[in-house]
Amino acid sequence: MTQQQTGGDVRLTGISKTYGSFAAVKPLDLTVPQGSFFALLGASGCGKTTTLRMIAGLEEATTGTVSLGGRDITGLPPYKRPVNTVFQSYALFPHLDITENVAFGLRRRGIKSVRKQVDEMLELVQLGDFAKRKPHQLSGGQQQRVAVARALINHPQVLLLDEPLGALDLKLRRQMQLELKRIQTEVGITFIHVTHDQEEAMTMADTVAVMNGGRVEQLGAPADLYENPRTTFVANFLGTSNLIEGEVVSAGTEIVVAAGGGKLRLPTDRCTAPTTNGGKLLLGVRPEKISLAHADDADAIADGRNRVTGRIVDSSFIGVSTQYVVESPAGKALHVYEQNVERRAGLVVGAEVVLHWNPAHTFGLDAAQDIDAGVETVEDAA
Amino acid sequence: MPVLRWIRRNLIVIAGLLTLAYMILPNVVVMVFSFNKPNGRFNYAWQRFSLDAWKDPCGVADMCGSLSLSLQIAVWATVGATVLGTMISFALVRYRFRARGAINSLIFLPMAMPEVVMAASLLTLFLNMGAQLGFWTILIAHIMFCLSFVVTAVKARVMSMDPRLEEAARDLYAGPVQTFLRVTLPIAAPGIAAGALLAFALSFDDFIITNFNAGSTVTFPMFVWGSAQRGTPVQINVIGTAMFIIAVMVVVVGQLIANRRKNSAR
Repeated sequence: MTQQQTGGDVRLTGISKTYGSFAAVKPLDLTVPQGSFFALLGASGCGKTTTLRMIAGLEEATTGTVSLGGRDITGLPPYKRPVNTVFQSYALFPHLDITENVAFGLRRRGIKSVRKQVDEMLELVQLGDFAKRKPHQLSGGQQQRVAVARALINHPQVLLLDEPLGALDLKLRRQMQLELKRIQTEVGITFIHVTHDQEEAMTMADTVAVMNGGRVEQLGAPADLYENPRTTFVANFLGTSNLIEGEVVSAGTEIVVAAGGGKLRLPTDRCTAPTTNGGKLLLGVRPEKISLAHADDADAIADGRNRVTGRIVDSSFIGVSTQYVVESPAGKALHVYEQNVERRAGLVVGAEVVLHWNPAHTFGLDAAQDIDAGVETVEDAA
Repeated sequence: MPVLRWIRRNLIVIAGLLTLAYMILPNVVVMVFSFNKPNGRFNYAWQRFSLDAWKDPCGVADMCGSLSLSLQIAVWATVGATVLGTMISFALVRYRFRARGAINSLIFLPMAMPEVVMAASLLTLFLNMGAQLGFWTILIAHIMFCLSFVVTAVKARVMSMDPRLEEAARDLYAGPVQTFLRVTLPIAAPGIAAGALLAFALSFDDFIITNFNAGSTVTFPMFVWGSAQRGTPVQINVIGTAMFIIAVMVVVVGQLIANRRKNSAR
């Protein structure tokens, strides 16, 4: 990480926001370490943007405090906070050219010679040739970079990004994700990034906080969240999970669960829910961890693997992989992603198959939750 | 038929030019007759070309006095209505408060109400309050009816403004005053300017409301009306022509500045 002149952690303590009787953000505690790329991930209306706006000072917190490097900034107006925001709509000033847009923050703080800094900043976002243009003469991606430059030139202790890539098309979005990541590494400022795009959050951030219904559901490194979701919401919202309901048969170092007419096992340390014999439990496994075998070849499956029988109801060829949907007594629609290494002739729609996977790849969740929480119903909610 | 085809192809242009001629013709007549040397007191028939009236625009008794009064009232009414109207527009668009809906519709009452009715009721009000009719009653009346036009123009602009722009300004270290001066005002300016121009034009040539509430004061439209009974001096056409030319020049200069700005931004 680059050397930092000033800085410190962002610490939210018991912060909440209510509008009338509606609680947009329920009291939450959150610490964002200095210099990290932190993502607040959630569906629209989960309170992530409100949380960001409370850090910026654009929204007054109903309860709780915001502190920055140990200094309480809860009562400070936005123009006195050492944080800057990149807005979703960019909010570039339409009456000013790019130079003046970028110089705005410096000028307001009484800095007279802005030329050199503005040029450097436009160079950083690769827009040196556009200094004299007006915002409306730039493309969406260029406007987005101007918005980043306009915020970064002030050397804020924290840069807040509110769905900054939401308005861009997919290809440009991928490109800007890498760009933002590059800039963050280069300047070493804490970035807090709000997004509803789980892939975006996982690609860019060191730490992701998954928000749902005004609360933080789970917080951790992307890989940790993906492998060890603690709630059904996280399991379904981050990628796809196969969740199978079963009944606990025995629990030791390994939990054995009866589900779909067979027995499935998982390591005890991968189960976050309390287990009692005879109690219900949700078993989860990611689609890419599952292997498919035709029912005729079932004998060839190694011992000690979890098995579920079923019938293929749908298969789609994606290129690198083929995605199967399997109907089984254990679950209505189990997803399986198979790498396209070899052509698998027998695996067609209607074929009887056996799904098998390493028990170590199974995680356990509390069965008292909604099994479909966080499932994206609309294709590409962006 | 090539002629018919040509007409069909240029129908929109022809219709546009005809409409323009319809609008401009009265102004042309006024302009032409400002160079007339009428026999007698009425300037209704063309006699011969003369520059007499242009050389001595204030040659008619009391006319330039009334003109200067009208200009003063128009300027102050514009200032008053624009400042108040802009504040009302921001309040109506940006804030939620009690009676907002009622104010929103009441503000357009002066536009909808017949002018004679309003003029008469204003006079009743002033008389009951024991107000001295004159400059101040005219000014108060003008600000009142100009307000609704200013609000209409400014509100449309404010509604199309992204409130995030002001948030961005506050986020970039601009306090409330700086935010207003550097971001809000420049972006709302076209709407405010349109409202101000409208207010000036409406105030300057208002006759009905002014006539009711002027007492013994005489504004330019009242002077023209009064003199029309006894004969129309050519100087009226001179003033009319001058106002028309100034207005056209303001528009042209405004366009030129806007174009230059656009080009320099490229």
